[in-house]
Amino acid sequence: MYGTVRHEIRIQRPAADVWALAGDAERLCEWFPGIVSSAVDGTLRTIVTASGIPMPEEIMACDNTQRRFQYRLTMPVFKHHRGTIDVIDLHDDTTLVVYSTEADPRAMALVIGGGTAGALRELKRQMELTTEGAL
Amino acid sequence: MGRKILFITTDQQRYDTLGCNGGTIARTPVVDALAAQGVRYERLHPQSVVCMPSRSTMITGQHVSTHGVWMNGVPLPADAPSVAEVLHDAGYRTAIIGKPHFEPFLDPFARFAENTFAGNGTFGPHRGFEHFESATHGAAGPLHYARWLFATHPEAVGMYYPVLDGSLEVNAMGGGDTGAPQAWVNNIPKEWYHTDWVADRTISWLDSLAADDDWFCWMSFPDPHHPWDPPASEVGRIDWRDVPLPAGYIEDTTERERVLDSKPKHWRAWYDGRVVSNYEAPLTWVPATLTADQIRETTALNAVECELIDEAIGRVLQHLRAKGCEDDVDIVFTTDHGELGGDFGLLFKGPYHVDGLMRLPLIWRPAPSSRVGVASGTTVTRPVGHLDLAPTFCTIAGVEIPHWMEGKPLPIDDTDADARGFERVLTEWDSELFGVGVHLRTITRDGFVCTAYLPGSAHDGTEGELYDLNDDPLQRVNRWDDPALAALRGDLIADLWDHQPPMQLPLRGVEAPV
Repeated sequence: MYGTVRHEIRIQRPAADVWALAGDAERLCEWFPGIVSSAVDGTLRTIVTASGIPMPEEIMACDNTQRRFQYRLTMPVFKHHRGTIDVIDLHDDTTLVVYSTEADPRAMALVIGGGTAGALRELKRQMELTTEGAL
Repeated sequence: MGRKILFITTDQQRYDTLGCNGGTIARTPVVDALAAQGVRYERLHPQSVVCMPSRSTMITGQHVSTHGVWMNGVPLPADAPSVAEVLHDAGYRTAIIGKPHFEPFLDPFARFAENTFAGNGTFGPHRGFEHFESATHGAAGPLHYARWLFATHPEAVGMYYPVLDGSLEVNAMGGGDTGAPQAWVNNIPKEWYHTDWVADRTISWLDSLAADDDWFCWMSFPDPHHPWDPPASEVGRIDWRDVPLPAGYIEDTTERERVLDSKPKHWRAWYDGRVVSNYEAPLTWVPATLTADQIRETTALNAVECELIDEAIGRVLQHLRAKGCEDDVDIVFTTDHGELGGDFGLLFKGPYHVDGLMRLPLIWRPAPSSRVGVASGTTVTRPVGHLDLAPTFCTIAGVEIPHWMEGKPLPIDDTDADARGFERVLTEWDSELFGVGVHLRTITRDGFVCTAYLPGSAHDGTEGELYDLNDDPLQRVNRWDDPALAALRGDLIADLWDHQPPMQLPLRGVEAPV
């Protein structure tokens, strides 16, 4: 059975700055609590969780124009998975970031989606820590 | 030196599973003896009928709306108020051994401290517990018991019932003799089973203390929560074929379905397998298929688990006796919520505020050396709640009750209860899971249980339940729409909203299914 989870957060930082971090596939481990490494090889990304679980992923889209990043976890436990990060310019030097998770089985949407909620909080914390382009 | 506190909890144990509460299936002489020496409460209700919110109430002394763990999967913040922290700050040695579940269990990112200690080879500290040693309903996951079993008896790991199926849903797979869901033959030796492990580890921690230490030990057994998979060597204690059907089970199908139809519609929808509104029941199991023999068998297996817990408690008490300190120990025994156990043809739990899930065992045996004015074998009939536990522990320890606790120290008899205003107890349910939302608010007062339904995916907010516990102890006659009780219903609802704290907003996120 299919499940969907969506989390969003507003960040006091221009969209281009947020996208520079959130749209960089290799830097996921910098802002997703519980992911200790994220290595990219072409369209394949392998993340390793803090509990030691390696999770292979396929990068499906990294659209610098729309500022959309999409990937899917390819572990056998998933009949379907799609993660989508949308970085939306609110045209007031702030940004809305939406992190959506679709999964079958549905419980995995909650398990992964719970992590994405924490990731958005960490992304906001890091982005608002400095208003300069130091990231 | 003050009074020591042994706080014993089980998980999902019905009121009627104890001999002292009238139970006839499980033999529970140890807890029965505690009741005979102390106070037995006949109307303890939880503030939530699922684990995480209920346990969060125990540790904070707060209503669910206040601590904000509004459904399973919502973590209690690591810095949330904790009675263990209060006691530790007052000089108590503190431990929790067994099932904590203040934080989600399904945690591949290891974001929650509960799930990290065992892997790190550490034991806290966390939430005011200087020693945090964890277990859950089997051998899976990152907790101390699972690690211990894997390291010492790896051949036993696969003997437990798989609580979750391959889709991470609560497993509907049947077993035992009758094919009952979550019934299972577990060939694990009794000595390796988690009930004995919890008692063993408790004894070990108690042995680490100095004789003059004051201590608060929360011994938290994962049973008799499903799966019903006690060690196979013990199953023969109770032949399920001899087990009577529970009084709450309606054998006649037509009558059973008529009673279900008189309740708000999610009752019948679940029974028919059309809607599973919460994660805590198997997604693919249809309660209407539950047979009388399956109820007998799960009841028997549940009773075996209750007996094992009773014996494990007995071992810990014997150890305290041998150490010469049992008379200095206050012992509180309860559970986090109940089990439908065949009532209305249902098993497991969910948004159903009836006695199977809400009426819980509670025993308080004050330390004999404390000379608290408790007559042996006292019974309190007035309603009390889990939120009264934390203030009780503070009182036992001689510590001022923090302002953030919302309960009151437990009454020692009905006279005390009346003098201190134990009139009502409130229970909440909120769940939002994959498009299905259910929201209940319940008050129990003056022998009535009254539940208001808030708008949700299956309810428009006008529904409700009202039961007269004196005339209808099995809650079969829903009098919500009875004109003769309209004034009473209005009074109860007004009283409910006068005392129900507002939900903390914004709601904290659901970070896992459980």
